Amino acid sequence: MSLRFGIAVFPGTWSDRDCAHAVELTGAEAVSLWHADADVKGCDVVVLPGGFAYGDYLRTGAIARFAPLMEAVREHARQGGLVLGICNGFQILCEAGMLPGALLRNASLQFRCQPCGLRVETTSSPFLGCAQRGQVLRIPVSHGEGRFYADEETMARLNGEGRVAFRYSDESGQPTSAANPNGSLENVAGILNEAGNVLGMMPHPERACEELLGSDQGLLLFRPVIGQLARPAG
Amino acid sequence: MVSLKEVVNDPQGLVVQDALHSLGYPEVEGARVGKFIRLELVGADQEEAQARVEEMCRRLLCNGVIEEYRFELTSDPKA
Repeated sequence: MSLRFGIAVFPGTWSDRDCAHAVELTGAEAVSLWHADADVKGCDVVVLPGGFAYGDYLRTGAIARFAPLMEAVREHARQGGLVLGICNGFQILCEAGMLPGALLRNASLQFRCQPCGLRVETTSSPFLGCAQRGQVLRIPVSHGEGRFYADEETMARLNGEGRVAFRYSDESGQPTSAANPNGSLENVAGILNEAGNVLGMMPHPERACEELLGSDQGLLLFRPVIGQLARPAG
Repeated sequence: MVSLKEVVNDPQGLVVQDALHSLGYPEVEGARVGKFIRLELVGADQEEAQARVEEMCRRLLCNGVIEEYRFELTSDPKA
């Protein structure tokens, strides 16, 4: 049976069609989830796509986290359902407290839209079930506010619990400062929740789904391995 | 007033500091950029307003992971 992906749409979301296209390339089904509905329509995976939900007013994701849909997404995650937050979706997950830390203005103060190397740090998440640890994926970023920050204690916990999913790195897998597009703490590009079923990442895997686009390695994120949930959802 | 915590790097503040230096103000040793939010509240109970604004800051106006806030209440002289 094919997986059912729910693609969230807030006012200001713009990556939803790209995400649906990526989902359909894997042979899965994509349905649209409206921000005002408190229902994930029985989906296996919820994708919070990129964009500028509610104009990113006040802070990125600050208003979106109060959308009725987010209550349903929280419940979905609590029951072990998968949630993938991409770019603005990652910012929303942090604001909602579903992932730790926050995403700040890029250190360069510039919007960055460029291909990046992402070193896979762990495979203990359904989203990374098809990846290999240490593998470097080529996936673009496109954001002005993607500098990951967490306090020392939180960062130590993320490292200790193997919850850093990706680090920006060069082609050989070195997390250098030159490979870091936004000044993220310890080159963090994506993180997992405790159970591993919620993944937030700044890069856009949906923009790296066909060779024509320079890479199809992003498709991997849309092929989660269900049943691979290593840790129980909390 | 919502501002980034001292431990959080503020690249905007650094740019402002550099700009002030190049305009001839070398005495500027630090600059932090924050947000100023003005709320207009109805009601006369200062204590209750204090508690409710506190709650607004925690729930929405300030992200405690990266920011801190302070506020003051003043009454509208026209009221």
